[in-house]
Amino acid sequence: MADEVILLDLWASMFGMRTRIALAEKKIKYHYREQDIENKSSLLLEMNPVHKKIPVLIHNGKPVCESLIQVEYIDETWPRENPLLPSDPYQRAHAKFWGDFIDKKVNVTARKIWATKGEEKEASKELIEILKTLEAELGEKHYFGGETFGYVDIALIGFYSWFGVYDKFGNMSIESECSKLVAWAKRCLQRESVAKALPESEKVTAFIYQCLGLE
Amino acid sequence: MAKKEEDVKLLGFWASPFSGRVKMALKLKGVSYEYLEQDIVDKSALLLELNPVFKKVPVLVHEGKILAESHLILEYIDQTWKNNPILPQDPYEKAMARFWAKFVDEQVGPVCFKSVAKPDKGIEVAIEEGQELITFLEKELTGKDFFGGKTIGFLDLVAGSMIPFCIARGWEGMGINMIPEEKFPELNRWIKNLSDIEIVRECIPHREKQIEHMMKVAERIKLA
Repeated sequence: MADEVILLDLWASMFGMRTRIALAEKKIKYHYREQDIENKSSLLLEMNPVHKKIPVLIHNGKPVCESLIQVEYIDETWPRENPLLPSDPYQRAHAKFWGDFIDKKVNVTARKIWATKGEEKEASKELIEILKTLEAELGEKHYFGGETFGYVDIALIGFYSWFGVYDKFGNMSIESECSKLVAWAKRCLQRESVAKALPESEKVTAFIYQCLGLE
Repeated sequence: MAKKEEDVKLLGFWASPFSGRVKMALKLKGVSYEYLEQDIVDKSALLLELNPVFKKVPVLVHEGKILAESHLILEYIDQTWKNNPILPQDPYEKAMARFWAKFVDEQVGPVCFKSVAKPDKGIEVAIEEGQELITFLEKELTGKDFFGGKTIGFLDLVAGSMIPFCIARGWEGMGINMIPEEKFPELNRWIKNLSDIEIVRECIPHREKQIEHMMKVAERIKLA
């Protein structure tokens, strides 16, 4: 029986990008369905009644929610092509720890830079600290997992398309503070799966300007 | 199997549901370990050295490998000691267990305790919002002895340590009837089933001490 894979997503979502990258790495064919989060579809509400959020991965009619859970599900369901997580239990836990760190820290802080008034300065400082912690974890490695592109890279790379937004609203330059991390991001962009999933930085910035009603 | 007790160390806190679930998992697998009770206010140099990123318990040390974050520790234990499996084999079932475990810790815990301790919109609204979330878990349990099916699994350890033997004791202390039997028959049945299991009973905090502790936590939340 052929697999039917549907992804409910939003083009600018750094979380949806994770799932798109994982599916592309595994060469899985899927139907992409752009969602209107202002006017949520009945399918979205049916498939994610708990959080009512994208991305939602629907595999043969069964929904999987939460982007990192989706990435792991994709890796376990299609294990042969391009493994995304190590098989060793400790290495696996280590990768998931950093994925969890990214989830707990990056967006919560980064959002404050553009979505609030008055908190940008402090949030920008905090974001740089978080990115520097990630930079230290990356060290001299090619990717977070070493020589191969994987889970932690996938967890973080989508945020790169939002760096322009953070720079503008935070009045800073992430590249000047975290040059190694930006170099890592550019390396990841060499991969077709990443290049296809990430929107252009200018497009994301324009989108946020539009959302906030700015010129 | 660990040969010596010293091969496995667990840094924990007696009242922490996150530590409690790791104790349950180790007991389920029959793994001997050295337990190191931590002061979570005046943190030890050891804790700060082993978990510099979050500075929290639980931390598991196994043959020199350091693991933090309770869900990850449970998965590591499950993959390292293969008897009495905690997670299902099927990738979809696994994804569901992980999803609901995240929901318990990130939504149910905070909403059903913090918001109830400090109800910004009034206690009735706080209870209603809490019960809305718990209803999802009630549905998940329908027709099952445990979340894991016939035997306890990952979600039972996570939800068990968090709900009946942690925040429920807070509700008891505050005089709140959050999960009445008429509204949540499955959950109440599950709690009775869990309480009958030796490894659960042996790894949960002392009831009265826990109630006292949760009331102190509630006070801190009110003053924050």
